[in-house]
Amino acid sequence: MNYEAVIGLEVHVQLKTQSKMFTRVAAGYGHEPNTLTDPVVLALPGALPVMNKAALDAIIKAGLLLGCEIAPVCKWDRKNYFYPDSPKNYQISQYDQPICVGGVVEIELPGSARNIMGEHKKIPLTRIHLEEDVGKLNHGATDSLVDYNRAGTPLMEIVSDPAMHSAEEAYAYLSSIRATMIYGGISDCDMEKGQLRCDANISIRPVGATHLGTKVELKNLNSISFVRDGIEHEIKRQIAAVERGGTLVQETRDYDGQTGTSQSLRSKEMAHDYRYFPDPDLMPVKVDAEWKSRILAECPELPFEKQRRFIEQYQLPYSLTSVLVWDRTLADFFEEAVKLAGSSKAQAVGNWIVNDLLRELAAAHLTLATSRVRPAHIAALVKLVDAGTVLTNAAKEIFVEMAATGDQPEVIADRKGLKAAPTDTNELETWCRDSIAANAKAVAEFKTGKDSAINALKGPIMKAAKGKANPKLVDETLRRLLGSI
Amino acid sequence: MSTAPQLDIDHIAKLARLALTPDEKVKFAQQLGDVLHHIEQLAKVDVSGVEPTAHASPVFNVWQADVAQPGLSVAEALRNAPAQRDNMILVPKVVE
Amino acid sequence: MSSEPYFRSIVELAAALDAKQLSSVELTQAIIARTKAVEPRVHAFNSFDEADALAQAAASDARRAAGQACGALDGIPIGLKDVIAVSGQPLTASSKMLKDFVSPYDATVTTKLKKAGAVLWGRLNCDEFAMGSSTENSAFGPTGNPWDTSRVPGGSSGGSSAALAAGEAIATLGSDTGGSIRQPAALCGIVGLKPTYGLISRYGLIAYASSLDQIGPFARTVEDAAIMLGAIAGHDERDSTSFKIDIPDYRTELATNRGPWKLGIPKEYFAEGLDPEIAASVERTIAFYKSQGCEIREISLPHTQYCLDTYYVIATAEASSNLGRYDGIRYGHRTSGATDAVDIYAQSRAEGFGPEVKRRIILGTYVLSSGYYDAYYLRAQKVRTLIRQDFLDAFREVDALLTPTSPVPAFKIGEKADPLALYLCDIYTIGVNLAGLPAISVPCGFTKSGLPIGAQLIGQPWNESNLLAIAHSYERAHEWSSKFPSL
Repeated sequence: MNYEAVIGLEVHVQLKTQSKMFTRVAAGYGHEPNTLTDPVVLALPGALPVMNKAALDAIIKAGLLLGCEIAPVCKWDRKNYFYPDSPKNYQISQYDQPICVGGVVEIELPGSARNIMGEHKKIPLTRIHLEEDVGKLNHGATDSLVDYNRAGTPLMEIVSDPAMHSAEEAYAYLSSIRATMIYGGISDCDMEKGQLRCDANISIRPVGATHLGTKVELKNLNSISFVRDGIEHEIKRQIAAVERGGTLVQETRDYDGQTGTSQSLRSKEMAHDYRYFPDPDLMPVKVDAEWKSRILAECPELPFEKQRRFIEQYQLPYSLTSVLVWDRTLADFFEEAVKLAGSSKAQAVGNWIVNDLLRELAAAHLTLATSRVRPAHIAALVKLVDAGTVLTNAAKEIFVEMAATGDQPEVIADRKGLKAAPTDTNELETWCRDSIAANAKAVAEFKTGKDSAINALKGPIMKAAKGKANPKLVDETLRRLLGSI
Repeated sequence: MSTAPQLDIDHIAKLARLALTPDEKVKFAQQLGDVLHHIEQLAKVDVSGVEPTAHASPVFNVWQADVAQPGLSVAEALRNAPAQRDNMILVPKVVE
Repeated sequence: MSSEPYFRSIVELAAALDAKQLSSVELTQAIIARTKAVEPRVHAFNSFDEADALAQAAASDARRAAGQACGALDGIPIGLKDVIAVSGQPLTASSKMLKDFVSPYDATVTTKLKKAGAVLWGRLNCDEFAMGSSTENSAFGPTGNPWDTSRVPGGSSGGSSAALAAGEAIATLGSDTGGSIRQPAALCGIVGLKPTYGLISRYGLIAYASSLDQIGPFARTVEDAAIMLGAIAGHDERDSTSFKIDIPDYRTELATNRGPWKLGIPKEYFAEGLDPEIAASVERTIAFYKSQGCEIREISLPHTQYCLDTYYVIATAEASSNLGRYDGIRYGHRTSGATDAVDIYAQSRAEGFGPEVKRRIILGTYVLSSGYYDAYYLRAQKVRTLIRQDFLDAFREVDALLTPTSPVPAFKIGEKADPLALYLCDIYTIGVNLAGLPAISVPCGFTKSGLPIGAQLIGQPWNESNLLAIAHSYERAHEWSSKFPSL
């Protein structure tokens, strides 16, 4: 019997706002415990919630980026349950009227090789809604300590349909959401800081079946590779259990990334009765066409769309675009440089960025923002190489200095004497004529239309020039001479 | 006096995190049974086509701009704390 | 009018303070002395801070001495129900759960009263978490009605009402969810006003039922109530349910709005269960208005019989959720026994809450629980729409409604032991909260045994001005507020 896995993911994304979701004390991470609280955060007697406008803008943007329907009206509900990290012992969330409905996440699975684009799939979403985050519990040996700094931070919950079938798809899904949220300036999605969290709902069924099997919720998947590993482990566990003749129980399991095992947290018998009801302290939200179009105007082109465009518009190879598009600032930097250097130079620009710039940034522990290299630098260097003013090896040396100092490439070339020796055109002409004279066969082939035959003539010339001839000039000179034969 | 058949006082007390004594369970079940019996008459009202009142006069989009304001100092935040350590609220160990 | 400063109105005292006939410190000292004298019998206060009050009074006197413009409330001692936050002062909700809690912040109404220069005096007793109609549910002991201290002052704002009636404060603030200002005002022979829902900020008011709660003033006279209302009303960004509306000058509008008005008498409010002396007193009130040229119309509020049930579903549901935060974790009473983070909640709450609070939490949890939401909560919210529509339909014909405030005068402490019997005290006041309307109780007589009787006027939404004017016209022609309890 062959089984297939059916996987749905619930992803929580912390929004990048100045203040919290329902009160204006600052939001933040890494602060001294309990320094980001106020009466509302702590649920003191008499405190009341007030919505954060920017959080609404952010979720509308997320919804538009992911192709969701933005609900014309939505409201807030109380989800009642008791827990030490939840000050009010209810969480303000959205139950039956979420702000975003439907939507889709485009994912890319790994290709057969690194330079080959893998299969693309579209994973449908069920909904996206807004809620507030809870505090942080620090567990000790005999007691626990609670820090409420995180409590009340705006949290977006993205719920997918149970439409994924492998750990690989789940991994790709999470990567895609992460990239989209970073692109949109909605969240930094740093999983280590808890800005992106993921729970998985996993079940199995015989291949070809349409019903859903017993669902297991897997929690504590707190890195993107734990998500993949945990899901893979759970699928195997479920299949093994069923093949042994056992039955699966609907439960919540906690994944331990260090040991690669999971254990049951509680069976669904103890399922919470959340007693949802509309929050009487908050007014509903109406999103009109004008609000939507304002946000739409701020929406960036998504990574996959950009990648497709780069391939088509700039004739870039897939592998090059893969490096460029996943960092929006890098992609923007690239396009700036291409604007200055000319579209025909796009690949050269791309190569400089992907090979040399990233290497220099990493070595110096810098980011694009803190580096001295600007798009104009790249464009200038490309132009120099193109004109034959500097040769490729020298250009590489210039790049390193350019990254360190921020000086213009030509200035560096002069300073370090890296300009190609000015070509003695007479000498070059002589070498070309000599080569033509010595390679009649190649010349004949060239004249019949075989353009690549010219390469056979270049070798002897480069040899004679001891590698220092400008390839472009050599090519031009040869063609001119061959043209007049 | 009747006890509403649906009021499982053990279950509800658990949901509400209220430890009731056996005496309280009996007494409350009876008193609330009387109240629920009275409340049953709401079932007689014809509410077809009636919208629930979420708010007396509904208004939409009541919010504040995302500008951070000062909050409580740690001392103020923990002033009424029954137990604390290292500027955090102390609770008995939470077992998942 | 009384010669005792503690029985005088805000208006009289403001004039006296401005004329330097007495100082705020002297007035506050008189209030303090009076409080100490009668508290053993009245028990209106959970606590008070003499030194703090005198410091505030001294600051007020300094403002007057410096020639600063001082409003009517500057230097006037005002008591606050122990559910309204005052920074640095206890905030107990008359509950063991919060008996040691000190608020680190001010409610919005507190901030406004401070800005008006009022002398905030004491923490006033009430039914625990504002749940009750007699103040017998206080964890710190009942309050006695100043007219007969063996009787209840009403509830839940019994302390606020009794303190004013007894001369322990010049005006007070209470809160009203189902009648908790109006009913005690009637039982204590003073004026009590509940504003339109959303007029006064709830930020800093311990929430009982969020969609029904409003803060409101107790005062000796309608004009005093108008002054108090003007000081605390208005939109607050911190309360999403407070409305953006221009606040009129309620006090000056009293002088110009003389009627006559059309008054509606809801027939359902004069049925069985109404004490005959109260009925007679309210009939005389109706007759007065008629004699002033007001048109009196009998109207019907057909869904009146469902008000109590609708209220108890909605209020307890919201309360069960609002009181979830009282768990002994971040503040409040924590049990000493529990070693388990789950057990600690159930024990702390069992020890911290009194029986009425427990009952309402259980009822509220039940009506929201899985499988019952549609039958109870959702249905109640629909019936609520019908109840509100009854009132709005009536207001197409009349300016205000006139009803008794309470079906019974002040009863003996301990007399009504059955919860349902106590719930029935609210039958005339509760519909008003469900509909979100403003309403005021004014003294309209006494029983043969000398217990106060109040009449209730219910106004159109946002038209407190008209409501106050209608009440004022009755008050001007009667002397009920010149009678004082002999404590």
